Amino acid sequence: MPPLAGKELRIVGFLCNWCSYGGADTAGVGRFSQPTDLRIIRVPCSGRIDPLFILRTFMNGADGVLVSGCHPRDCHYSEGNLYARRRLEILQRLMPFIGIEPERFSYTWVSASEGQRWQKVVGTFTDEIHAIGPAKPFGVSMEQLEKQMAGVLASPENAGAEKQEVERAAS
Amino acid sequence: MPHLDELKSAIKERLPELDFVIGWGRGFDPIHATPLFMRTEADVDKLEWGPLNVHNTATYLPSLRGKKVGVVVKGCDSRSVVQLMQENLIDREDLVIFGMPCTGVVDLTKIKNAVGDLGMVRDVQISGDTITVTAGGKEHALALADVLNNKCTVCQYHNAVLSDVFVGEPIEPSVPEDQVYADILEFEEQTPAERMAFWESQMNRCIRCYACRNACPMCVCRDHCVAQSRDPNWLSQRHDVGEKMMFQLIHAMHLAGRCTECGECERACPVDIPLVRLKKKINKEIKELFDYQAGIDPEATPPLLAFKVEEQNIREREW
Repeated sequence: MPPLAGKELRIVGFLCNWCSYGGADTAGVGRFSQPTDLRIIRVPCSGRIDPLFILRTFMNGADGVLVSGCHPRDCHYSEGNLYARRRLEILQRLMPFIGIEPERFSYTWVSASEGQRWQKVVGTFTDEIHAIGPAKPFGVSMEQLEKQMAGVLASPENAGAEKQEVERAAS
Repeated sequence: MPHLDELKSAIKERLPELDFVIGWGRGFDPIHATPLFMRTEADVDKLEWGPLNVHNTATYLPSLRGKKVGVVVKGCDSRSVVQLMQENLIDREDLVIFGMPCTGVVDLTKIKNAVGDLGMVRDVQISGDTITVTAGGKEHALALADVLNNKCTVCQYHNAVLSDVFVGEPIEPSVPEDQVYADILEFEEQTPAERMAFWESQMNRCIRCYACRNACPMCVCRDHCVAQSRDPNWLSQRHDVGEKMMFQLIHAMHLAGRCTECGECERACPVDIPLVRLKKKINKEIKELFDYQAGIDPEATPPLLAFKVEEQNIREREW
């Protein structure tokens, strides 16, 4: 079991190759401490991100999604992030409508040199997700979830199978 | 309908230059109107106009590209026609648009709730504000206002936004523009957990028949629909609520900035899921963000196919 199991939440970050991924790298090289909840997916440009990636990520049980690209006017492909901004803004406004808390999804711009800014962004975002806690998977009622979790805790010998069952239900 | 004869003669006049004209005729029973493809003058005499014309005639147009067709439209249908033109999916020069002012169409589910089984309907009479449905040996006099489709009660476009032939007197919008999204605002007063529970209970009924997609005039991907693609495999064949919701979100996101709120998805849904609500929410945001409505201006670019370097209405978050 990983040492932080139970303390970490599942946060997925879509980072553009040219700015934000570099920014996260800079933060790493600069040894800025960061929360470890974020799993990074590197994409060529924030314009590559279909809003459906984010919806699918939530449907598969993520607790939060962060998108980060180049600052407007700085895009490697000139205008990818400008298209992305419109799409992501609409998605961000749609999310609360279907019952996903608005805090769970955010988008921002971080350039490759902004290691410190990246530290701040990822820290703030992770804190906010921790403040509201894990997301309820779509289509699973709270009672069902508690029952399954209770099952896992009650029978350690069946933990493997039960855990798989919970994960399947959550995914 | 006093102007129906005028419309029929207008269609007959243009018919020789067209392959056919799409309108509405009587269906298999008095309550169900059905799309009518008029090829001869005798066909034109079968044309009907009234609150039973629920179908969106624009749905057929993208697949008829290359033919010269006429289309009879309500206000909402004409918006779909304009939107298809904007996306270069149909050609303006191959199209003749006939319009009449529309006072709204019925919601068959509301009629069903009032009279019981729609299969038992033997006669329908419409006079003024009343629709009299004879079903199961009983006459039910219903106020049209009570059985009108929800979209019609807040309709802003009773008259075709674009037409070659327009018959009759234009009608004013049903309600002031700021009341169009009142139902969305009301829904948003609930907590996130309540909203999610609402969608879960609605989507629970979904049978993934994709009738909503097939009826949608803007769903033009056909065999390339991501819902059926195995590469990438966006949706599995699992029938859980998450997958169903995901499909509806795909549908809604693909219609962002394009949906003309004709309500075909909701009408076609066999289990009455309020699908328009999702699309209306996105339309509301697009109206606020970009001051844009789909299907109004044939020359306009849909907002998601464009950008501004400085967006006036997008307030990004300060970190």
